[in-house]
Amino acid sequence: MSAAHGGPVSGFGAPEVRTEPGHRAVGSPMAGAPKGSRNTRKSSLRTHQRWYVPWLFLAFGLTITITFILFPFFNTLGLAFTDATLLRDGQFTGLENFRRMFDDPRFTTALLNSTLYVICVVPFMVVLPLILAALVAGKGRLLGFFRTSYYLPVVMSVVIIGLIWTNLLDSRGLVNSLLQWIGAIDSPIPFLTDRWLLLFSAMMVTVWSGLGYYMVIYLAALANIDQSLYDAASVDGAGTVRTFLSVTMPGVRSTMMLIAMFSSIAAFRVFGEVYVLTGGTGGVGGRNVTMTMLIQSEGTGLQAETGYAGAISLAMFVIMGALLLAQLWYQRREEDA
Amino acid sequence: MSSAVITSTPQDQPAVKPRRRRVRKGSIARYAILILMFLLLAGPLVWQLSLSLKGAGDDIYATPPEVIPNDPTFEHYTAVIDRLPLLRYVFNSFLVAAMVVGGNVIGATFAGYALARLKFRGRGVAALVFVAALLVPIETVIVAQFLLVRSIGVNDSLIGVALPGLVAALNVLLMRNSFRAIPQELEEAAVIDGANAWQRFVRVCLPQVKGMISVVVIFAFMGAWNDFLWPLIVLSDQNNYTLTVGLNHLRGTFIDDPRLIAAGTIIALIPIVIFFVALQRFFFRGLESGGIKG
Repeated sequence: MSAAHGGPVSGFGAPEVRTEPGHRAVGSPMAGAPKGSRNTRKSSLRTHQRWYVPWLFLAFGLTITITFILFPFFNTLGLAFTDATLLRDGQFTGLENFRRMFDDPRFTTALLNSTLYVICVVPFMVVLPLILAALVAGKGRLLGFFRTSYYLPVVMSVVIIGLIWTNLLDSRGLVNSLLQWIGAIDSPIPFLTDRWLLLFSAMMVTVWSGLGYYMVIYLAALANIDQSLYDAASVDGAGTVRTFLSVTMPGVRSTMMLIAMFSSIAAFRVFGEVYVLTGGTGGVGGRNVTMTMLIQSEGTGLQAETGYAGAISLAMFVIMGALLLAQLWYQRREEDA
Repeated sequence: MSSAVITSTPQDQPAVKPRRRRVRKGSIARYAILILMFLLLAGPLVWQLSLSLKGAGDDIYATPPEVIPNDPTFEHYTAVIDRLPLLRYVFNSFLVAAMVVGGNVIGATFAGYALARLKFRGRGVAALVFVAALLVPIETVIVAQFLLVRSIGVNDSLIGVALPGLVAALNVLLMRNSFRAIPQELEEAAVIDGANAWQRFVRVCLPQVKGMISVVVIFAFMGAWNDFLWPLIVLSDQNNYTLTVGLNHLRGTFIDDPRLIAAGTIIALIPIVIFFVALQRFFFRGLESGGIKG
């Protein structure tokens, strides 16, 4: 009946998956079906309609979208090649901002952190929610309860999640005191102060809060798998693990690739988890800044160097575009094979 | 990608169902994992709740950790409300969310209808605008958005927070797809009866897309309510803080007392948890039926 992919996703603020339907809509079955007949029929509808009527319907949506997304995008392209600051318009400086960017240790650190985020978070996001989904799929109140409770972190703000985990991972927090109590460690682990541990803690928080979201996507995909395949596997005497590997995994393969794409883009734009866990500082010496944090700290506030921040934004845009294209290319190749 | 649309809760139990012989052992392992995951996901929330209720008679750093407070008190809740205008932040967040929900419902249904059901010169270009906007990651334009909002004088205001998210391109495209799925015959009948575009939109088509509208409402609300980066950039006056920005501020204010922070987070959690529990049917229905084709 209704429509597209990523329905639910829509509002997740921005993050998560805005790029998704863009590419999938192409193959959408909705798009295709009654086209031929519709065009001829539609033209009969048109005779009853003044030319500006559709534009009245579109006016609000187009105005907001053009003003607040597309215009800023082109403005960013311009800014990136100037030395503008918040308080004055800049002069054209050519590639100066980009030269500066590659010499800026903050930029290379941010690029490293965001890239590591993608590399470490995505495998967990692709695999764990699938296992969870296979476990909670089915009828029954209890399973429904588990589904709902696993989804709960998804509706919580990253700030609340960050504050909860800041508290848990503190040197005197619950995690350290549990570990000390069972005798696993002698002195507290510096989850929130060590350069690498902090990054891994933030990744863990990201996985913790995102599991339920991807689980629900997998649930929908699991329900599409032909039940007879399971029956056949059972007749052949396949065990739980074997069935999972040979029936479930191939059945949700395209969903796995989709989730790899969503979650890698979401991971590259990480902001809230690291920001809150570091108290907004980006860690000791700013060594935990991510790309988005760098844009936020360089580009806003009274000392904002908007031109330089524009260049970083542009770099981020190019990297994310490349990430998306690479995955689309890989997916296409897989499908052709 | 298969295209079947799921219309109900998934009913199959792939992993366990077929093998009766092993059902028992499999079920035990299955529920053990489910309960472990439950503890990992819900445990932090329970601990936070417990912490917020612990009174002077409790050692919050006791070993082993104690979950049930010995000396329960609500004093941290009153203290945190005393020291930070949390209720004001909640109110601000509601205002922003209301603007964003209203804007998205109106903007996305109107634009979606025109793109799906009206034929006119320039329709392809209009659709392309929304698709292009969808492909722009918000972080990469946020500096220019900030400059824009500042230049029209709405920075540091709730309107400035709401403006860029007022009509999300994704919602427009979702509504378009929803409108497209309505059978042509319904509208043709209305045309023969002499209905104009507006009448067809309101009387014939809108009732058919209620499901997708509720999906848009829910996710627009959640997106606005939970958004952090943009309000953090736009707002500077404490009185205008939304809940997420205010909570972030909480940490700076009470870094010494985790019980106050815990009380603050629990207060902030209440509205969204009520919202989620009350509407969870729609959440999952939206995700499953509207949503995702694997």
